[in-house]
Amino acid sequence: MSERVMSTDGRRVLSVRDLTVEFPGDGDTALRAVDGVSFDLAAGGALGIVGESGSGKSTTALALLGLHRHSSARVSGEILLGEDDVNALDDESVRRLRGRRIAMIFQDPMSALDPYYRIGDQISEVYRTHTGAGRRAAWAKAVQVLDRVGIPDAARRARARPHEFSGGMRQRALIAMALACEPQILVADEPTSALDVTVQAQILDLIDELRTETGMALLLVTHDLGVVSRSVERVLVMRDGRAVEQGPVGEVLKAPAEPYTRALLDAVPRLDGPGREPRAPGEPLLTVTGLTREFRQPGGGLRREVLRAVGDVSLDVRRGETLGVVGESGSGKTTLARMIVRLLEPTHGSIVFAGQDITRLPERGMRAVRRDLQMVFQDPVSSLNPRRTVGDSIADPLRVQGTGDREALRTARDLMERVGLDASRHDRYPHEFSGGQRQRMGIARALSLRPKLLVCDEPVSALDVSTQAQILELLGDLQEEYDLTIVFVSHDLAVVRQVSDRVAVMHDGELVELADAADLYASPRHEYTRTLLAAVLAPV
Amino acid sequence: MTRYLLRRFASTVVLLVVMVAFVYVIFYALPSDPAVLVCGKGCGGGQLAAIDHKLGLDQPEYLQFWHFLEGIFVGRDYSSGPDVSHCAAPCLGFSFQNDQPVLSLIGQRLPVSLSLTFGAMVLWLLIGVSAGVLSALRAGRFTDRVVTAVSVLAFGAPIFVSGLLLLMLFCGYLHWLDFPVYVPFTEDPAAWAKNLLLPWFTLAIAQSAIYARLTRSGMLETLSEDHIRTLRAYGLRERRVVGRHALRGTLTPVITITAYDFGYVLVGAMLTETLFGLPGLGQLIVQSSNNVDIPVVAGLTLVAGAAIVVANTAADLLYAVIDRRVVLA
Repeated sequence: MSERVMSTDGRRVLSVRDLTVEFPGDGDTALRAVDGVSFDLAAGGALGIVGESGSGKSTTALALLGLHRHSSARVSGEILLGEDDVNALDDESVRRLRGRRIAMIFQDPMSALDPYYRIGDQISEVYRTHTGAGRRAAWAKAVQVLDRVGIPDAARRARARPHEFSGGMRQRALIAMALACEPQILVADEPTSALDVTVQAQILDLIDELRTETGMALLLVTHDLGVVSRSVERVLVMRDGRAVEQGPVGEVLKAPAEPYTRALLDAVPRLDGPGREPRAPGEPLLTVTGLTREFRQPGGGLRREVLRAVGDVSLDVRRGETLGVVGESGSGKTTLARMIVRLLEPTHGSIVFAGQDITRLPERGMRAVRRDLQMVFQDPVSSLNPRRTVGDSIADPLRVQGTGDREALRTARDLMERVGLDASRHDRYPHEFSGGQRQRMGIARALSLRPKLLVCDEPVSALDVSTQAQILELLGDLQEEYDLTIVFVSHDLAVVRQVSDRVAVMHDGELVELADAADLYASPRHEYTRTLLAAVLAPV
Repeated sequence: MTRYLLRRFASTVVLLVVMVAFVYVIFYALPSDPAVLVCGKGCGGGQLAAIDHKLGLDQPEYLQFWHFLEGIFVGRDYSSGPDVSHCAAPCLGFSFQNDQPVLSLIGQRLPVSLSLTFGAMVLWLLIGVSAGVLSALRAGRFTDRVVTAVSVLAFGAPIFVSGLLLLMLFCGYLHWLDFPVYVPFTEDPAAWAKNLLLPWFTLAIAQSAIYARLTRSGMLETLSEDHIRTLRAYGLRERRVVGRHALRGTLTPVITITAYDFGYVLVGAMLTETLFGLPGLGQLIVQSSNNVDIPVVAGLTLVAGAAIVVANTAADLLYAVIDRRVVLA
């Protein structure tokens, strides 16, 4: 993407020297989350901190506002905000800095605002805390900043509570709160990671505009190299608490000096990357016709509104292929996936699997079909029973289908080896494994019955890019080996491009476009597909 | 909001009717012979039949239930030959023991129980919630441990022990208070409060332990939430973060338990009432249970149930005020 240059006069607003954050561990050991990191932020400049989970990037961001105070963390080093060392100031002085000279916005706009109070009141409260302004003046300020961040009809919407706002609007409201006291520095911790791509583009545009307008400096923490390359001038790459490399964003991302940065860049799936080899179309394994699912909205007596989550979707899944299903949140992609494996009953339409109509098949009859129809879920943390050993969890589907206990456990151990887990750890519990390892377990469990069709619902969305790349590779290998047909549901167009033969695009519950992957990405026909593709950010 | 209120009230009414039916089935439809109880052992067949007739026990079950409902909502007449006794709505029947209307028996004692319950509730909320907040803010430190230890002790000590200790200390040893006698609020508010002080504290000490634990865990959970981190990141004073924002998130479970406890203590504070000689509903329920005075026990059960249902409705309305998202659910 275009490299942006902001006017900077070389003055530093923030200077961090040798920042170290330690969390006490068992006994005498301490976990060093941040280990001797130093960087500067010029007035009006923008610095990105990138890294995978556990790299210490968020811990660093929180330290800048002194938010580790009164926790078990030990912070050392210098955090110079102008003349003041955040690390040396007393609590009250730090409190006065927060929000006024350095403001922060967070990843999850759903939970970052107080659900009990009106948005206008929350912004006014911050403004009054720092300026001592009266109620009316503070409310006027709140309306003004809400208007500035593009909340339509701000005077009225200021009275809304957070649950009445969409995710994108909540993030705008949080940015408005940050703007209220006109800080010199905005710290943004994964500000768009929980948002859809099109909304992400709007929020990043907004942050750009505000920087130009107010001259505030930006410190952007993210795992997304695409976001970094679009929004900042300098970048700092972190790994295991250390700064691996830093420099102008163009140089670091185009010609990284460090192998780690190189590997990170290579792991990012790209829209223009190599797709899959085209394969001969097989006959349909699964055919859905006119599939519709409606939900009754909660509340409201007899005339309840009906939400059409999926409306009239018809498609084939061909034997041996991977069909990608993409869409933003609320597009109905997960509802569709759940109906295909009959975890949800369709309101209308039919599902024919391997020649058998399973739309209304009773659960007793479904049991035999379920062998052939398995699902992998998004969240590898919550989709495994925390109180069952890994081996048991993987063996459970076999037991349900009547395999003996020893046989089931032996198969489970074989599968663990196959998906790249150490089979000797079969009697451990899920919390002892990393996110990527847990997703491998989810896959092993789904494969235990040797299904014909595997429906994967956002299988890599919760994972770091490098882990994501490994899981995608594993799925590709298993597809060959087990002769699998895969439905791959994801919000990430680049990932879908990398794994799919054909791609279905969903929007507001409807199927707007279905085409061969190469064609769809090269020449999207539907307006919405074009919008989606345009919003995707690639590194460099 | 209006729709939410209507729905809430409608379900309250339905719940009350269902409750009446349950109470009826438990006390009247199950096999027992009230006539024998009313009349005592020496009664012959003729007398029993007359009593059966007066109480309407010679009618079919469904009619009896109908009359029971009728009594509650519009009043009913009991006739035994020439003399007809009218019982105005809400009629809960007459005591087997002394032929007094159950309603007036309850009515005499309700102010005592309400006085006891309300005062104790205010105290246990004050003590419990502030101890809970304090212990959450000092979690893991000395203050927290002290609060926890005292809570366990207070919760574990039976009322007849803690109440007696209070009595001995303040009335017997220090002579700061006279031995409590119930004085109606309408007669002398100051004497009313002074005499209820010890009973209030006795009940509140036992109850507030639960509230302290509940508030502590709720507070710790709320304090670890993202929106609290946001408030701190924007430089709000800690007092405000805790007092205005975190406390509000903590109150929901506290209100739930309060609603339940209110109904329970209203009728169930028999130990405290007995200990301090308060003529409340708890004493009445003990006496009438011992005498198998079914109309009185049934009436008290209805009152307790109704109190719990009404308190729960009030709690639901409070939730909606605290958290607007409730209205949507």
